[in-house]
Amino acid sequence: MSRQILTEKLLAFFFENKVALMFSIICLAAFFVSGMSTSLFFGELATRFGRNSFLVLSLLIPVIAGLGLNFGMVLGAMAAQISIFLIIVWGGIGTFGVFAAATVATPIAVLFGYLVGKMFNSMKGSEMIGGMVTGFFADGFYQFLFLFVFGGLIPIANERLMTSTGVGVLNAVDLDGNYMRQALDNVPMLNILDVAFWAVLIFTVATVIFKLIKKQPLEMFGSKGLIKLLVVLIPLALAYLLSFIFMPFHYFLYQDRLVGWMAVDIALIGMALYWVYRLVREKFIEKQPGVPFKPVAYLVLVIILYLLTLHPEIYAGLNHVQIPVLTYLLIVGLCFLIKWFMNTRLGQNMRTVGQNRAVATAAGINVDRTRIIAMILSTLLAAYGQIIVLQNFGVMITYGSHLNIALYAIAALLVGGATVSRASVKHALTGVILFHALFILAPIAGTQLMGSALIGEYFRMFVAYAIIAVALIMHAWQRTKSNKAKSATA
Amino acid sequence: MQDEYVLELEHIRKEYGENVVLNDVSLKVKPGEIYALLGENGAGKSTLMNILFGMTVIRDTGGYGGSIKVSGQEMKFIAPTDALAAGIGMVHQEFMLIPGFTIAENIKLGREETNPTVLSRIFGKSMEQLDREKMDQDARRSLDAIGMSIEEHVMVAGLPVGYMQFVEIAREIDKLNIKLLVFDEPTAVLTESEASKLLEVMQLIASKGIAIIFITHRLSEVMEVAKTMTVLRDGELVASKPIAETSMTEIAELMVGRAVSSTVDSEGASTDLENADVVVEVRDLHVAMPGETVHGATFDVRRGEIFGIGGLAGQGKVGIANGINGLFPAHGTVTVFGQELNFSKLGDALHKGISFVSEDRRGVGLLLEESIAHNIVFRAMTINREYLRNYGGMKLLNQRQIDNYADKMIELLDIRCYSKKQRVGTLSGGNQQKVCLAAALTMKPQLLIVSEPTRGIDIGAKELILDYLAKLRREEGLTIIMISSELSELRSICDRIAIVADGKIAGILQPDASDADFGLAMSAALK
Amino acid sequence: MTISKREAPSFLQVAQKTLSDFGLPRIIIMSTFILLLVLSWVNGMNVPSLFGDVLRRWGMFGILVLAMVPGIRCGIGPNFGVTVGITGGLLGAVLSVEMRYIGMFDFIAHNPTLFGLTGAFVAIIIGVSVATVMGILYGMLLNKVKGSEMAVSVYVGFSVVNLFNMVWFLIPLTASILLFPAGGQGLRLLFNLRDDFGGVLNNLGQFRIYFGEHNSMNVPTGLLVVFFICCICMWLFTKSRLGMMMTAAGSNPEYARASGINVEKMRILGTTISTALGALGIIVYAQSFGFIQLYNAPQWMGFLLVAAVLIGGASIRRARVFDVLLGTFMLQGILTIALPLINVMLPDVPALPEILRLIITNGIILYALSKAKGG
Repeated sequence: MSRQILTEKLLAFFFENKVALMFSIICLAAFFVSGMSTSLFFGELATRFGRNSFLVLSLLIPVIAGLGLNFGMVLGAMAAQISIFLIIVWGGIGTFGVFAAATVATPIAVLFGYLVGKMFNSMKGSEMIGGMVTGFFADGFYQFLFLFVFGGLIPIANERLMTSTGVGVLNAVDLDGNYMRQALDNVPMLNILDVAFWAVLIFTVATVIFKLIKKQPLEMFGSKGLIKLLVVLIPLALAYLLSFIFMPFHYFLYQDRLVGWMAVDIALIGMALYWVYRLVREKFIEKQPGVPFKPVAYLVLVIILYLLTLHPEIYAGLNHVQIPVLTYLLIVGLCFLIKWFMNTRLGQNMRTVGQNRAVATAAGINVDRTRIIAMILSTLLAAYGQIIVLQNFGVMITYGSHLNIALYAIAALLVGGATVSRASVKHALTGVILFHALFILAPIAGTQLMGSALIGEYFRMFVAYAIIAVALIMHAWQRTKSNKAKSATA
Repeated sequence: MQDEYVLELEHIRKEYGENVVLNDVSLKVKPGEIYALLGENGAGKSTLMNILFGMTVIRDTGGYGGSIKVSGQEMKFIAPTDALAAGIGMVHQEFMLIPGFTIAENIKLGREETNPTVLSRIFGKSMEQLDREKMDQDARRSLDAIGMSIEEHVMVAGLPVGYMQFVEIAREIDKLNIKLLVFDEPTAVLTESEASKLLEVMQLIASKGIAIIFITHRLSEVMEVAKTMTVLRDGELVASKPIAETSMTEIAELMVGRAVSSTVDSEGASTDLENADVVVEVRDLHVAMPGETVHGATFDVRRGEIFGIGGLAGQGKVGIANGINGLFPAHGTVTVFGQELNFSKLGDALHKGISFVSEDRRGVGLLLEESIAHNIVFRAMTINREYLRNYGGMKLLNQRQIDNYADKMIELLDIRCYSKKQRVGTLSGGNQQKVCLAAALTMKPQLLIVSEPTRGIDIGAKELILDYLAKLRREEGLTIIMISSELSELRSICDRIAIVADGKIAGILQPDASDADFGLAMSAALK
Repeated sequence: MTISKREAPSFLQVAQKTLSDFGLPRIIIMSTFILLLVLSWVNGMNVPSLFGDVLRRWGMFGILVLAMVPGIRCGIGPNFGVTVGITGGLLGAVLSVEMRYIGMFDFIAHNPTLFGLTGAFVAIIIGVSVATVMGILYGMLLNKVKGSEMAVSVYVGFSVVNLFNMVWFLIPLTASILLFPAGGQGLRLLFNLRDDFGGVLNNLGQFRIYFGEHNSMNVPTGLLVVFFICCICMWLFTKSRLGMMMTAAGSNPEYARASGINVEKMRILGTTISTALGALGIIVYAQSFGFIQLYNAPQWMGFLLVAAVLIGGASIRRARVFDVLLGTFMLQGILTIALPLINVMLPDVPALPEILRLIITNGIILYALSKAKGG
C-alpha cells in the first residue's frame, strides 16, 4: 500500500517537474560533451545565478495575479539604467552609489509600472503581446532620452559619459570609474553583520516601546510573541560580539565572498536544521499520523547533497566558486519576502484576481487596482534586479543592456517548470540554474560537436525563444480545451 | 427590537427606454421566511433582484422608482457592496468560487481574517498577514451551521457540483449580520438528491431567522418549502399569497395566464391540416446545448403548419432548434421531407432546405460589420451558390443582382434603414431581426425554423414579423417551426403548440387550450 | 425602443464618426508625414527624388504588408509570424542563387533580364512552396491556440527565425557568394544579388520624371505593377465566394458555423495565404534591396508590417487592401523622408529615424491592442 503511494508520489513528482528534468538531462549531456572543468563551470554558474536570479523572481507576482509573463519588465530595467546614469552624473560612489541608484529608480519604476498596469487593464487577455510591444515602444522614448535629451536639452558636461559632440550618452557607461562595479557583491560580511545586528536591535526595541505605549500586553510566545524577534536577535548579537573578541572570526568576516563549499555547507546545515525542526514538530508536538514524507525526503536529499560535495571533482569545483554574500542574501531575502507577501491580504487578492476576475469582483476586490499594484511591484523588482546585473557587469551598455532581459528571464522561469498561469520561487531558482547552465555549456558543446561555438550560440537562442513559444502554446491550448469542456458540461 | 419585516419593496417601477419592465411591484418579507418569487422568463424577476442589489446596470439605465426598506429603514443601494453591507446576500446560479483555493479560502474570499504586521502599519490593511487558523475556524462554523461535514481545507476543484453550491451558501452565512439571502434558481444544476438536501439547508437557514427569497421554476419545490409566494408577469405583480392558500395548478395558471390576443388572422389553413402529411419527424432528439439540453424530444410537424414550441427557459426548447440546425452536438433521428439529417456534417440542415433564424441574433444570426445586402444574401451565396457571376473562371459576387434583391427585401419587410449598404450593427433590434428573416427566406427553404423571433424588439416590428410568418404559411404554404417563450405569441399564430419541460415534449396542445393546461405542462407537473 | 428613422446621418455626423474611427494616433502619423514633407521642402531637399524613393519602398514592402490582410480577415489577427513565410522565401532565394551558381540557368544567360526573372521565378516557386507547407502547419497550430494567436505567433516567428539560424549555418551549399569567406562557416549574413535577380523588377520599364534641372523622380514600374497586381488579386479574392466565407469565419465564427462553413479550414487557408505572401513578398523585397540578409534580419519584420497595415486603418479584426496601400505608403514615406531630413536638421542625433520607427510602429500596435477588447 505505502509502496503504491510512494510510486504515485514519485510519478507525480516527475510529471510536475518534467520540463526541469528534461533540461537537467540536456544540461548533463552538454556538460559531458563540452568537457568543461567543474571549477570553471561552477564558478561561472554561481556568478550568473547571483546576477540574474533577482530579475527572474521579479516575474512571479504578475503570473500569480493573472497577468501572465511580464514582458513589460524591460521598463523596470530602463528605470534602473536611467537612475544609474543619473547617479553617475551626480557623482555617486561605490556601495552608497548603488543604493542611491536603487532609491532614485524606485519612483521611476513605480511610475512606469503604474502606466503599464493602466495599459494592461485596457487590453485584458492580450497583456503578453502588449507587454512586448510596450517594451519596444518605451525603448523609443528611452533612446530619445539618452541620445537627445541628455546632453541636448539638458546639458551634461562629462566626457566620460557623453559623446564627443556633447549630445547623447556614450554606448557604454563604465561603472568602475565611480567604484560601483560589483559594489554590492563586494560588501564585506562584517558590514552586513553590523547593519543586521543594529537593525534588528532597533526594531526589537521599537516594538517593545510601541507595545508599551499602546498598552498592549508583552507576550513572549504566540503569533505576536517576542520570541520570534529574540530568536533572530540573540544569535546576531553573539556573532557580533564574537567578531570583536575572536580575531580569526573577525578576519573571516572581513571577506566579501564565500568559498563555494563553505556556502553549500552552511546552506545544507540550515536546511537540515529546518527539516529536523519540522520533523520534530510534526511527529512529536502535533503528533500527525503516518510517515512524514516531506521532512524525511528533504533530510535524505541534504545528506545526498553533502555526500556529493565530498566527491573530489565537485569539491574542487566548489572550491573555485566565489559567492558574493550580500547579493545572495538579497536574493534569499526576496524569496522569503515573496512568500510572505503571498500570505498577506493583498497577496491573497492577487491570487484570486489571477484565477478569476469575475469572482474577485463579486467578492468586493478591486480587480483593476490589484493588477496595477502587481505591475508596479514587478517593475520595481525588475529595476532592482537590473541594478544587481549592472553592478555585477561593471559596464552599462546604454542602448543594449535592457533589451534581452525579458527574453532570458522569462525563458529561465519557464525552464524551471513554471507556466503562464503558475509560477513559484522554486521554479524561478531552478530555472535560473538550468537555463544558465545551458547558456554556459551550449557554445562549448557546439565547439566540441560541430567545431564551432556559433552553432551552440544559435542553439541556445533558439531554445530561449522556443521554450517561450511552447509555453504560450501550451497555455492557450489548455485554455481552449478547458473552455470547450466547460461549455460541454454546463 | 424585532422588526416585523426584514425587507419591504414598495411600488418598484423600472423602465428600459420606453419599455416598462416593472410596474408598481411591492412585496414584504418577514425574518426567517422562505419567500418564493415566481414568474416566466422576462417577467421581471432578475430586474427586481438587480434593483435590490444596486447593480450598476440599473443606475446606468436611469434608476428606478419606489422604495426599498431593510428592517424598516429606507435604503438607497448604489453599488452591490452597499447591499452586502446591509446584510443582503446572494447565492448565484453559476458558482462564484475559485477552484484552486480551499473551501475555507473560498468562504472567506475578500473578507480574510488577518493579523497586523510591521508593513501593514505603514501601507495599510492590505499588508496584513492572513490568519489561516481563524479563517479555518470561521469556515468550519459556517459549514456546521448548514450541516456540512466536509473538511474545510479541501480544494474546491474536484468537488461535486452540489457541494460547490453549499460552499457558496456557507460563504453567505459567514457574513456578519446576514439578514436576507436570495437563491437564484439554485436547484437548476443539481441532481435530485442534491436538490432535496439544498431545500433542507434552506429550511435550516430560515429556522435561524434569516429570510430567503427563493427564485425557481420548479413549483414542487415551492410547495415543499416556501411560506409565501409572489407571481410576477410582464413586470406586474399578479398575485401574492401564502402557500397554504394556493395550489400548484393555481400558481401555474397565474404564471402563464393571459387572454389570447389573436391579432393575427389564422383562419383558412387550419381546417385541412388534419389531413396534411407529416413532413418533419423528430425522434428521440438529444442536444447538448449548455443550459438548454434536450433529452429525447419526439414530435411530428405537418406540411404547411406553424408548429409552436414553448416552455420555460432552460428546459430545452431553444436546444431543439439549435440541435436540428447542427449548432450543438446532437443525436437522434430527424427526417425532413424524407431526408434524414446527418448531424456530424457541418451545415447539413442548410443543404437540406432548412432555414434557421437564431435566437442569438447578434452572435449567430448576423455579420454585424457587414451591410444589409451582404447579410441577406450571404448564406444563399455560400450554400446555394447564388448571386455569383463568373468572371473568366473566377466566381465573384454579382453586386447588381444582390443590390436589386436587397432593395426588394427591404421594401417587402419594411426594414428601416437609409441604405442597403448600412452596416447591420447600426440597425435597431427589430430591423436586425427582419434582416435575419429576409436572409432565411432568401435560402428558399422548405422548412423555416424561427427561434424567439420577437425577443427584445419593439412592438411594431413584433407585429410585422408575426403577421409575415402567418402570411408565409397562408399564402405560400411554408412549414414553420416557431420557438418562443411568449406563450401568447405562440397561441396567436400557431396551429399546434408543443410544451417542452426537462428536455422532453411534455405535451402538444391546441392554441385554445386552457391556461391551466399550459401552466401545468410548463411546470413539468404533468409527469 | 426608439423607432429608427430612414434618414441618412448628416455629413457632419459621418465626418465626426470617420474621424473617431480613424483614431488620434493615425491622425498624428499623417500629420507627421505631412510635416516631414513640408520640412524637407523648406530645407531645400530634392523632394521628387525622395518621392521616388518612397515609391520604391512602397512597392518593396507592399506585398509583405499585403500578407497581413488574409491573416486578419480569417480571424488569426495581425500575423506577426509572417516571418515563418519570410524564412521560407529566403530559403527559396538562397536555393535559387545556388542553382544559378551551379549553372542551371546558363541556357538563357544571353538575356540578362530573362536570366534575372528566371532566378526570381525559381526563388518564388521554391519559397512559396516551402511557405505553403509551413503555413498549413502554422495554421493548424494557430487553430489550437484561439484567443492567443498574437503572442503565440510572435514567438513562433522568433523560434523559426532562430531555428533557421542553424539551417543557414549548416546547409551544405557551394556558391561562393553565399558562403563566408575563408575561415568562416555557414552562409553569410548578407549577400549581393547583383549576379542574380537584384533589381530585376525595379528596372523593368523603369522611367524618370524630371522636375526642372536637378530634381527628378524615379518610378520603378515593374515593381509597382507586380505590387498592384497582387493587390487586385487580393481584392478580387475578398469578393469571391471563398474569400467571403473566409472573412465570415474571421469576423464571426459562430455565424460562419451556422452557415455551414468550416471555420478551422478557413483559418488555415488565411494563414497559408498570408505565409505564402510573406515568401513572395521577401523575394520582391530582396530584388529591390539588391541584397539578401539572413540570420536574425527578418526577426522584427513582422512588427513593421503589422504597424503598416494598422496605420492604413485596419484593426486587429478588420483589414482591407486599401489599408495596405495607404499604410505602407505612410509608414515608408515617413521613414524614407525622415532619414535625410534629420541628417540635415539634427546631425547630432543620427539615430532619430530609428527612434521614430520604434515609437510609430509600436505605438500604433499598442493603440490597436487597447482598442480591441480581448484577444
